[in-house]
Amino acid sequence: MNRIDRMFSQLRKRKEAALIPFITTGDPDIATTEELILEMDRQGADLIELGLPFSDPLADGPTIQASSQRALRHKINAKDLFGLVEKVREKTSIPLVLMGYYNPILQYGLSVFAKDAVNSGLDGTIVPDLPLEEAGAWMAVAKPQGLANILLVAPNTPANRVKKIAKATQGFLYYVSVTGITGARSQLPTELSQGLDGIKQLTNKPVAVGFGISTPAQVSMLSAVTDGIIVGSAIIKLIEAHTIKQGNDLKSGPGLVKKVGEFIGELKKATRI
Amino acid sequence: MNKSPNNSGHFGIYGGRFVPETLMPAITELDSAYRKARQDTGFKKELNQILKNYVGRPTPLYEAKGLAEAVGGGIRVFLKREDLAHTGAHKINNTVGQVLLAKRMGKTRIIAETGAGQHGVATATAAALMGLKCEVYMGRKDMVRQVMNVFRMELTGAKVIPVISGTQTLKDAINETIRDWVTNVRNTYYVIGSVVGPHPYPMMVRNFQSIIGRETRRQIRQLAGCLPDVIMACVGGGSNAMGIFYPFLKDQGIRMIGVEAAGKGVETDYHSAPLCAGSPGVLHGTMSYLLQDHWGQIKGAHSLAPGLDYPGVGPEHSVFKDSGKIEYVAVDDEQALEAFRLLSETDGIIPALESAHAVAYLKELAPSLPKGSIVVINLSGRGDKDVATVAELLKGRADK
Repeated sequence: MNRIDRMFSQLRKRKEAALIPFITTGDPDIATTEELILEMDRQGADLIELGLPFSDPLADGPTIQASSQRALRHKINAKDLFGLVEKVREKTSIPLVLMGYYNPILQYGLSVFAKDAVNSGLDGTIVPDLPLEEAGAWMAVAKPQGLANILLVAPNTPANRVKKIAKATQGFLYYVSVTGITGARSQLPTELSQGLDGIKQLTNKPVAVGFGISTPAQVSMLSAVTDGIIVGSAIIKLIEAHTIKQGNDLKSGPGLVKKVGEFIGELKKATRI
Repeated sequence: MNKSPNNSGHFGIYGGRFVPETLMPAITELDSAYRKARQDTGFKKELNQILKNYVGRPTPLYEAKGLAEAVGGGIRVFLKREDLAHTGAHKINNTVGQVLLAKRMGKTRIIAETGAGQHGVATATAAALMGLKCEVYMGRKDMVRQVMNVFRMELTGAKVIPVISGTQTLKDAINETIRDWVTNVRNTYYVIGSVVGPHPYPMMVRNFQSIIGRETRRQIRQLAGCLPDVIMACVGGGSNAMGIFYPFLKDQGIRMIGVEAAGKGVETDYHSAPLCAGSPGVLHGTMSYLLQDHWGQIKGAHSLAPGLDYPGVGPEHSVFKDSGKIEYVAVDDEQALEAFRLLSETDGIIPALESAHAVAYLKELAPSLPKGSIVVINLSGRGDKDVATVAELLKGRADK
């Protein structure tokens, strides 16, 4: 059993939802990303999504776009991400999943990418611009390596299509909470719980919900109806607020890692209620 | 001939639907609505009426004797006058088709991206004609460069939304339009302006634009008594080129040449020639040739012609590049500028800077062609929009 499956099965027994934070690799710099992974792990995160920055993140809102741009100032690439994962793997066994757009994976070479990803200690990938119909080539090389490819469904995905995607996804099914892009929202759609119920009836695999979730109250509400909750932009905003500019360079300001850690702690507490 | 694209929208290894899941139902719905409309005589009749009475089709095929004489070699040169279509470019052929389709699908809101503003103007115009609300995303830098087109869009009732992310040009305007579409997918129709984007856009835009080639076929037979030896068109995303080439693809012995923008030179970082100097990758929902770095990050494009300023190109062009069916070449800013002046002088036609790229390549090509060769150039747009830019450029040089 891989790290993702094991994590969900343990949480199921404890009747807890998984807390899944997203951060962009190299925002504000790669050393801070390393500290953040370890601190978020300590504060109760159950799986971490590591963003691979891309020049044209068309599924992302302004917060994550800006985060990608900051990381690209350091020219962060897939090799850097693999190097980082390899390093933190010596210190943690938390499941780590790469979230990134298809072109950088394609240019690296699908087979080599899958091999390097697994060897570094990554557990899976989420590729938002690779729907089921186009995912064949990638899944064909990722699966034999034991790298989970996590697929997404949206509120407007028809039921028969949800079934197909749920069958093909590995690790968990990523439910996009809104028809829209990433970004913190003060209010989640009223039909979200209903939508999640519908999805849960179509699959036995764990379902994690993401896009727009930013507060412990939202996490607490969703914990009752889903297996995992993904929080991205709200964490990135904290990172942004505690980043300092030094000449042309960006680096982590005082308290950045601690602040993010405290926020993760609060969110995790909300999954246990 | 194989069916192109196949049912999943692939042209060989290119094309496809690389979009967020939220858009999959929308493009599936669009695909089936378009296929139905194509078979529907009512839709065809209405579109043909608009093309004839509103757009002003057929556009003339004009023999440019002055230009032919200037380039020498004893060849005959014909210009397909898309510059005479309503709003001044071929873009309108596609937008009236798509907006008519949007209306048929019951969509209430039209969105579009624009670089130079020509597609934005053509979309705003079609939306005004058909009474639909229209919003156009445009890079803030482009808005400054193309003030007149911004005003034209506003006059026709569209809202122009400045894009401040990334390079603040066409590439990022497309990102922003896709983000809007993902968010408002239920009531909104996205009018893409070229043979790019996820399936079915490359096929649909090609089909709407292929009226250019169908008319040209008929007209050249009347005027010259035979089919042409060479057909040339500029290629940014590639819609005017695909529009004129497509109806000739089954003919043997016609050279088809797509002319990309070499900007300051394809060996520099300042060009828009993905077919000549790029490599295959995925951007904006489709696999095609792209300008990108080793790690797959998309590079900025450059051309004096804002309508060619895009780091990608249509997937079908990518296939024809690999198969050699169509030749792709590039001419730089200086050559295009020279051709812009040349055609203005020889025939009294001021071409768009984009179309001037195709005219510029004629100068290089003419000496190598057999005497009596017949060349058709798709004059995809008129240069009114570029006059201020060129005047400033020339004035700047005179002052030095």
